[in-house]
Amino acid sequence: MMNDAKKSILDQPIVAINLGLSQFAENLEDQDVEVAAVNWTPPAGGDEEMISLLDKLL
Amino acid sequence: MSATKFIIRRNQYFDSVFLMGINKDLLSQSGVIQSAVLMGTQNNKKLLANINVKSTEIDQASANDLIVAVIAESEQFAEKALGNLDQLFEKVHTDSRQVQLRTFEDGLRARPDANLAVISVPGEFAAREAMKALENGLNVFIFSSNVSVEDELKLKEFARGKNLLVMGPDCGTSIIGGKGIGFANKVRSGPVGAIGPSGTGLQEFTCLIHHMGSGISHAIGTGTRDLKDAIGGITTLTALDMLEKDTATQIVAIISKPLDKKALTKLLARLENYTKPVVACFLGAFEKPSEEWKHLSFASTIDEAAERTIALSGSGSVEKIAAVDKSLIQHEADSHTDQQKYLRGLFAGGSFCYQSQQILLYSEIDLFSNEPLDGVNILSNPEKSVGNALIDMGDEYFTLGKPHPMIDGTMRSLRITQEASDPETAIILLDFILGFNASNDPVGEAIDSILSARQKAESQNRHLTFIASITGTEEDLQDITLQRKMLEDAQVIVTQSNCAAASLCAEILNAREKK
Repeated sequence: MMNDAKKSILDQPIVAINLGLSQFAENLEDQDVEVAAVNWTPPAGGDEEMISLLDKLL
Repeated sequence: MSATKFIIRRNQYFDSVFLMGINKDLLSQSGVIQSAVLMGTQNNKKLLANINVKSTEIDQASANDLIVAVIAESEQFAEKALGNLDQLFEKVHTDSRQVQLRTFEDGLRARPDANLAVISVPGEFAAREAMKALENGLNVFIFSSNVSVEDELKLKEFARGKNLLVMGPDCGTSIIGGKGIGFANKVRSGPVGAIGPSGTGLQEFTCLIHHMGSGISHAIGTGTRDLKDAIGGITTLTALDMLEKDTATQIVAIISKPLDKKALTKLLARLENYTKPVVACFLGAFEKPSEEWKHLSFASTIDEAAERTIALSGSGSVEKIAAVDKSLIQHEADSHTDQQKYLRGLFAGGSFCYQSQQILLYSEIDLFSNEPLDGVNILSNPEKSVGNALIDMGDEYFTLGKPHPMIDGTMRSLRITQEASDPETAIILLDFILGFNASNDPVGEAIDSILSARQKAESQNRHLTFIASITGTEEDLQDITLQRKMLEDAQVIVTQSNCAAASLCAEILNAREKK
């Protein structure tokens, strides 16, 4: 089920994707918010040229 | 002579808060003068160069490589500290979770119904992740700072026509439908909507509304720069549209740090035909609009904004806020020596630093700050206070590569000791901020330095006045009653808001002048 883009986020329960600090995901879970907690790492080793190339390819 | 050693671990990525935990443990080891535990991003490599940790291996490290550098009193101390590293990682890592999702796309596959991306990756990567989220119809909360103005504008312009919110970059707090995101307090639900670029200002406002017996429908953080001319208040305008349509919201408050003129003009134009009452607090505003718009009420401080909101909403009661005991003013002013002339404010909340400046300026008190409002002198060296000095310790100068004082009070405790040993210091003003993601025990982190500073001053026949505000509610994870009691037991004057604390400082300084 995709989120309903016509509705503003104020009218829907939050369903979150967390990228970065894991505490932010944990705090949302503690408030009964559904969260996909991503163990994020920099794409292409953080190489800017490589990221830009990847973005063009994908 | 000191020695510098570093190690690089390839392809081991950890988030910044986790690494700060490791750094804190490293710093506490004997003989360690300075340490840095960082991922090899371009910004972090510059930070290392600034402390003279340089090598071609570091130049070649990628954002996925962990760099641990130690400057110690001798080679042995440095080697010993680095030798303990595995043990430290084991200790700090025991409670962190193993997650299999690696990218935004993985997250979206796991939760195709997601409507919000919460982004706290290093600033140089944040805009890319945020744009992917927006393109997939998600709202975004960007905690990361160091995102360019151009990228911020691009994200916000993209989101504007799609009924999506871009909260951030550099957004500390939001509450959406009663759920706190980032640094937020647990507050009652109610009819008051709030918007603003001021993170700690929004937190204080939501707590005051709670203490006054009312509640918050949504509090939407916009990011620090939203009401600057370069951005033009795009998120503020979207948030206003959303709150206007929101049936749970009956009244809206805007809590802002100093804002730009063109952005203010755009905002006021939108508010002219707004269908709900609006209370606006523009901290440090260069000028206030001369006339009151039909639905707009201006407040000078966060407290006044909360009081006006309560009065207009008809819910709650202003009486519920504890008044400050005025008899304290003359007593404290009389207890300082002739040499003790100055106030030193050490803030975790940037908005509190601005608000305190505004209140003291209004009382015609000469001031210095590292983040000065118009009319305040700039503090040329943020490390060394002169005169009445108000220091934003969450400023980048203090937090590059180090934890923000809302997360870890170590840096501020050292500064309390420094200010207290200055014979010209009469008053030390502090703010303690509770809530999600803040330190588990902010007062506990500072209390030893407060107690020993007081003891030392008294041994030199000086009385130090400590005044502190606590931003939080009885629902927050940190026990607010215990936090308050620790301060009161240490004879710290505690107020329920920064406005009340700064006003008390102004009154004591003025009473001193009249002595």
